[in-house]
Amino acid sequence: MTSPAHAKEAHAAHAEHHELGFVRTYLFSTDHKMIGRQFLFMALFMMIIGGALAMMMRWELAWPESEIPLTHWIPEPYMFDGHMPPEFYNAVFTMHATIMIFFVVMPILVGCFGNFLIPLMIGARDMAFPVLNMLSFWVGAVAGVIMLAAFFVPGGAAAGGWTSYAPLSAVPTYTGVTWGQNLWCISIIVLGMSSLMGSINYITTIINMRAPGMTYFRMPLTIWALFITAILLLLALPVLTAALAMLLMDRLAGTSFFLPAGGGEPLLWQHLFWFFGHPEVYIMILPAMGIASDILSVFARKPIFGYRAMAFSIIGIAFLSWIVWGHHMFQSGMNPTLGTSFMISTMVIAVPSAIKTFNWLGTLYRANIRFTVPMLFALGFVAMFVIGGLSGIFMASTPVDIFIHDTYFIVAHIHYVLFGGSIFAIFAAIYYWFPKMFGRMMNNPLGYLHFWATLIFYNGTFFPMHIIGVGGHMRRIYNPMQYEFLHPLQHWNVFMTICALCLGASQFPFVINFIYSLFWGPKAERNPWHANTLEWVAETPTPHGNFGPTLPTVYRGPYEYSSPEVEEDYLPQDRLLSGPARAH
Amino acid sequence: MLDWWLPPNVSTFGGDVDRLFYLIFYITGITWVLVQVTMLVFLFLYRHREGRKAEYSHGNTTLEILWTIVPALILIMLGFMSRATWDQIRHTHPTSPNMAVVQITAKQFNWEILYPGPDGKFDTDDDKMIENDLHVPVNEVVRVRLTSKDVIHSFFVPSFRLKQDAVPGRVIEIWFQATQPGVYELPCAELCGFGHSGMLGHVTVQSADEYKSWIKEQWPS
Repeated sequence: MTSPAHAKEAHAAHAEHHELGFVRTYLFSTDHKMIGRQFLFMALFMMIIGGALAMMMRWELAWPESEIPLTHWIPEPYMFDGHMPPEFYNAVFTMHATIMIFFVVMPILVGCFGNFLIPLMIGARDMAFPVLNMLSFWVGAVAGVIMLAAFFVPGGAAAGGWTSYAPLSAVPTYTGVTWGQNLWCISIIVLGMSSLMGSINYITTIINMRAPGMTYFRMPLTIWALFITAILLLLALPVLTAALAMLLMDRLAGTSFFLPAGGGEPLLWQHLFWFFGHPEVYIMILPAMGIASDILSVFARKPIFGYRAMAFSIIGIAFLSWIVWGHHMFQSGMNPTLGTSFMISTMVIAVPSAIKTFNWLGTLYRANIRFTVPMLFALGFVAMFVIGGLSGIFMASTPVDIFIHDTYFIVAHIHYVLFGGSIFAIFAAIYYWFPKMFGRMMNNPLGYLHFWATLIFYNGTFFPMHIIGVGGHMRRIYNPMQYEFLHPLQHWNVFMTICALCLGASQFPFVINFIYSLFWGPKAERNPWHANTLEWVAETPTPHGNFGPTLPTVYRGPYEYSSPEVEEDYLPQDRLLSGPARAH
Repeated sequence: MLDWWLPPNVSTFGGDVDRLFYLIFYITGITWVLVQVTMLVFLFLYRHREGRKAEYSHGNTTLEILWTIVPALILIMLGFMSRATWDQIRHTHPTSPNMAVVQITAKQFNWEILYPGPDGKFDTDDDKMIENDLHVPVNEVVRVRLTSKDVIHSFFVPSFRLKQDAVPGRVIEIWFQATQPGVYELPCAELCGFGHSGMLGHVTVQSADEYKSWIKEQWPS
């Protein structure tokens, strides 16, 4: 199956080269590569804010109600001379999670790498709808501004947790937050529009604009993952948007969708939120899995183990992700029989993740492994994701969940999946594709320092959360010392906070490396990692339209490393072998 | 083994919860060690060496079928084992000779505990509400009718392995049977507003005699 003929004409239109001014090149660009970079810069900026919020939270937990350094400039009523009141603490963890999920992990994995990689890896000149693509970024940026604006309105930012359970979130007097929560809803509704535009674009581009010879089963797993992710986004986000609109109506228009006094149902919010929320978890991990698969194969110099099983397990996870949302609600008062069915579906969804893990190990077997910085982060992804996946089995078991639900065990789990998983893959991806994105190489010693420091302090921060969670430590509490049974666990909080501060400091080598390499890094060659996929066929820096006058033709799958057909250990997808060359 | 990790258990069904926890802990722990050790061994054995090529292999169907079916069977087994305990906690309604019944209404940021009084009936004159102080007899079934006045709270007694959200607009009945006298903390486990941290009650489990004398103190008539 090759891409349709009319795609060629569409490509020709983009191929014309014209000089654009500063505004059209850097701000309102319709070039997918620039839009990808814009998403990256926005998300890295948001990551600094989200990270700073986490540091304040950790300080509060280790040394409750003490003075937090460097926060004296924050005015009342948020902070009182460096002391954090509980209502601001609630806003801090709410905004930390919201920013990290909606404005860091999603924009980088889907917005940045989705945009940058899809046309390049499938051999297209741009997205199917470049203007819609530009709009997608700017609508997303507006959502970011609205979200941050919530810090500056009277009553402060949203403080109902990132899950914003009703009725707490539905009635302003319950939290004391007025416009902060409204802006939270509006921001995510706007962001949902941005994601919809992006996902429609990705799906259309992948279906219609693959280069000649690029069949579905010759697509890199990153593209498979982004394709399935886009479908999940398209179907899941409207549910969240509807729920948020209902919540906003409850707050502003006097409706009672979630308020029992007016005949509403608090659990309806949870059902709607998690019907979106669980596919959302996979939206944030599937692209990371795809990226890790690609990077592992490149630096193992070996074909990915079980390519089709990898693609089908992505599809399997996507299907199952629609029928597991109730596992967030075992203790919510939902019918216990329903809990049993959600437990079984949740146990089943662990299987495709297990397949992927074993296949990653299979890829390393009898490989020829190069320990580059992106490879270390990809290996770190596998090692950390295993912990996050295995800890999920505890909460899938309904009786065990009775105990660990709403404890730090859950906080540990989500961070092993989203930080150890998604963020490690994000770092791997940045180090790996930086040469193509910015035309320069990143610095290796700083990269290794960043990896080892992050790995060590990340585990120091989050692994003990399993231990205190099993000790019964509730999440979202402001002062653990208010509970006698938590006193023996407090030394862990101190330890985790020290590690968290070091984890924050460990990101400085990355920031320095990123900025320095952006301007002064050594110029990158076209294919510095000797990889097979099409983005490395394009010139560096990649011009508008990506490929030269003719698009590459694809002759084989993306993972032909160490093939006996050629002398070197890689065989690019577009290389035509003379003689009795076989296509895979 | 590992008893130092979970808080002490003093409820009848807590032991089953703990057994499941440890079973999953051992299964996942062994899996974790095997995966990480295999990975480290591969990383060492198959590190890059000049002039060597990796094995050109696209996979192994037999192995893949094996590592699909084995985890699936283990997980389904865990599912069915969990179901039995879950049904015992959530679907049975046991009784005992001197069963106690209380209504607990959560509100920002207290537990309102309503006792039916000596007549054992609610909505009568001898009902008595005490905030944050739940007294129950040891080795007797205690039924709790749980609801909330405002937002969602969560009734959590770590030592009973018991947690249930209190949802406004509905009454959810839960039960427990404590096996050891003592005072146990009853924190709220679901974010419920600025006073969530510190929303704390106590469960005092008393021997039959002590419980009787406590009742006498409260209802002196």
